Amino acid sequence: MYLTLADLAVGETAIIDSFDVEQLPMKLIEMGCLPGNKVGLIQLAPSKDPLYINISGSHLAIRRETAARIHIRKQDE
Amino acid sequence: MSKNINVALIGNPNTGKSSVFNHLTGLNQKTGNYPGITVEKRQGICLLPRGVKARILDLPGTYSLNASSLDENVVVELLLNKNDKDFPDVAVVVSDVENIKRNLLLFTQIKGLNIPTILVINMSDRMRRKGISIDTYKMEQLLHAKVVLVSARKNEGVDVLKEHISAFKTISTNPCVAIKQIDQEYFGSLERTFPNQSLYKLWLVITQDVNFANVERKKMETEDANHMRSPSFLKRLQQKETIKRYQFINAVLKECYVKDSSKATDLRGRLDRVLTHKIWGFVIFFMILLAIFQALYDWSSVPMDFIDVAFVQLSDWAKTTIPSWMAPNLIAEGIIPGLGGIVIFVPQIAMLFLFISVLEETGYMSRVVFITDRVMRRFGLSGKSIIPLISGTACAIPAIMATRNIENWKERLVTILVTPFTTCSARLPVYLILISLIIPDERILGANLQGLVLMIFYLLGFAMALLAAFVLHKTMPKNQTSYFVVEMPNYRIPLLKNVLLTIVEKTKSFVLEAGKVILAISILLWVLASNGPSETFKNAPQEVAKSVSVTASNYDQQLSAYKLEHSYLGIIGKGIEPLIRPLGYDWKIGIAIVSSFAAREVFVGTLATIYNVGEDEEETIKKRMAAETYADGSPVFTLASGLSLMVFYAFAMQCMSTLAIVRKETNSWRWPAIQLVVMTAVAYLGALATFQYFSV
Repeated sequence: MYLTLADLAVGETAIIDSFDVEQLPMKLIEMGCLPGNKVGLIQLAPSKDPLYINISGSHLAIRRETAARIHIRKQDE
Repeated sequence: MSKNINVALIGNPNTGKSSVFNHLTGLNQKTGNYPGITVEKRQGICLLPRGVKARILDLPGTYSLNASSLDENVVVELLLNKNDKDFPDVAVVVSDVENIKRNLLLFTQIKGLNIPTILVINMSDRMRRKGISIDTYKMEQLLHAKVVLVSARKNEGVDVLKEHISAFKTISTNPCVAIKQIDQEYFGSLERTFPNQSLYKLWLVITQDVNFANVERKKMETEDANHMRSPSFLKRLQQKETIKRYQFINAVLKECYVKDSSKATDLRGRLDRVLTHKIWGFVIFFMILLAIFQALYDWSSVPMDFIDVAFVQLSDWAKTTIPSWMAPNLIAEGIIPGLGGIVIFVPQIAMLFLFISVLEETGYMSRVVFITDRVMRRFGLSGKSIIPLISGTACAIPAIMATRNIENWKERLVTILVTPFTTCSARLPVYLILISLIIPDERILGANLQGLVLMIFYLLGFAMALLAAFVLHKTMPKNQTSYFVVEMPNYRIPLLKNVLLTIVEKTKSFVLEAGKVILAISILLWVLASNGPSETFKNAPQEVAKSVSVTASNYDQQLSAYKLEHSYLGIIGKGIEPLIRPLGYDWKIGIAIVSSFAAREVFVGTLATIYNVGEDEEETIKKRMAAETYADGSPVFTLASGLSLMVFYAFAMQCMSTLAIVRKETNSWRWPAIQLVVMTAVAYLGALATFQYFSV
């Protein structure tokens, strides 16, 4: 079972592992959502959606459905 | 040396690009539209050293040349078209010092077009505080471009930028990343098919979003189907391209960019913990809205009273001083009160634009987008709809244009359709005058009661917009999944110059646009009110003299009332009276409603004109309205009729310009027609219910 960005808790960081390029908007990829980059969860909106993330230095808000498509791994592994 | 050079300012949103533009051009700027579409086009003139003139074009904020919105597409279309009269001789890419990595992605794309490029690193005043140092000399070597550190806030570096712009011919046009590296096989074959063309430009044309139906792309599809391939293949290549670019950028930054994060203060984090908090975030948002509406009332009464009195005096003066061949009555009774009706609201409109531009400049607006997205989605909207809905409190026209950032068509269409329900500044005059008539000037728990009622009407507008969105959401077919990627910019103290320029620009265009319509309608109304069709109008003095109730003291008043009633205008008003009587309005209000179907701000001016016709003594419009009675002596403006009228104005679609912009943005008459019919019906029923409820 893969971990996804949607599983992260507020304040945690992880490394982006993989994703299906077709399921993500190009804009997100260009903002730094690329395998190997660091991602952190800064804040959750009410109902835990959307997510306020720091992705390789870019501060963005994305929806939970998008976050669930980005596989991550914890840094210490 | 008289050759003008074209300069394009390009950059991500939130980099302070507009501040750089304002510094380069000062007041030498104008705003227009790109032909055929409503993306705002700002351009200005900048004088460079050695007498060279530069035309500066401030392109819409864009994250990438792979356009995902209509705004971004404007940038790509211009940069791909060498024959466009605005095609730049030199591109100035504005980056902010903290997000330089992401900003450089756009920079390397622009460099790929072989245009001489200058990189502006803006907000350099923040470098020390954030522990950042940059070796610009080294950076210039690595990027094959000029690099300038600029602080728009402190006005530093702008002169150096001007020097570089004037010497643009010496700047290298080599790309940073050779496109062929990405995929030798694919680009090699593309090069063999189109040997004399720029590979990167071809690649941009191939990958341009199909939604934008580009002509060149179609041409390529027929000539070279081989290189079009499947969307997933192209997207994989685009990802590879992005990785290559970031590899290059990281290598450059490693050489010349140092960030000591121990020196950085975490202001963003601390503010975000409160402002995006699931409870405090909303509490603060509502407090800010409440404060804005209180301020609109409390701070503007002094300038408004001043303007009110000034126009009354001007009118008096005109009546006695203007020679009779210049139609003093038309000027004193038609034009001056009509214009006064709009000028009086300038303080409040300017203040509203002040608050909105401050909320945007500080970066707070994005936090509101974040906390409200989930709620808005229940209504078929997106968090991004909050910006149009809040901007709609100024004017629906820029608000509808601001929906261009919403990528999903259905969410965008719903936002466009419901935005006119939000309380725009043109409704403000109507509300203000009615509230001051029917709501006592008292304080409840320290809050101004009149201000509270005003806020309730703003909330009513929002509530109606959400309700309408919900109905549309449930009835319209679903379309593609929506992508939601919103940048959360750094918090910033707004630049005074930017805020002031926005206020001046927007208020001016509002007053000029509205002023034209009001002037025309005032004249038309005056003519209709001063002339009548039949003998009864001409024989008014005799008819009034015959009346039993007339006395020497009220003769003049009775005469003017009689004249108005039998004028063309009176006949129109009387004609629709049966229709509006159940809403609590008399025929004079009916005339005001009819005349404000073109633009609702005409309401007050119309009443001013109607009540002033034939009056010898000028009084302020408010006093005239308060004194207005029915034949039996009961006042026309009561709590019930006043609230009913406000509800009517809250919901009715009374703005030609909005209908025109909706037609333009949705590319069909269907949606504006639906808006007009549905909103007017809702307004009629709402006003009917209000009047019947409050008059019991």
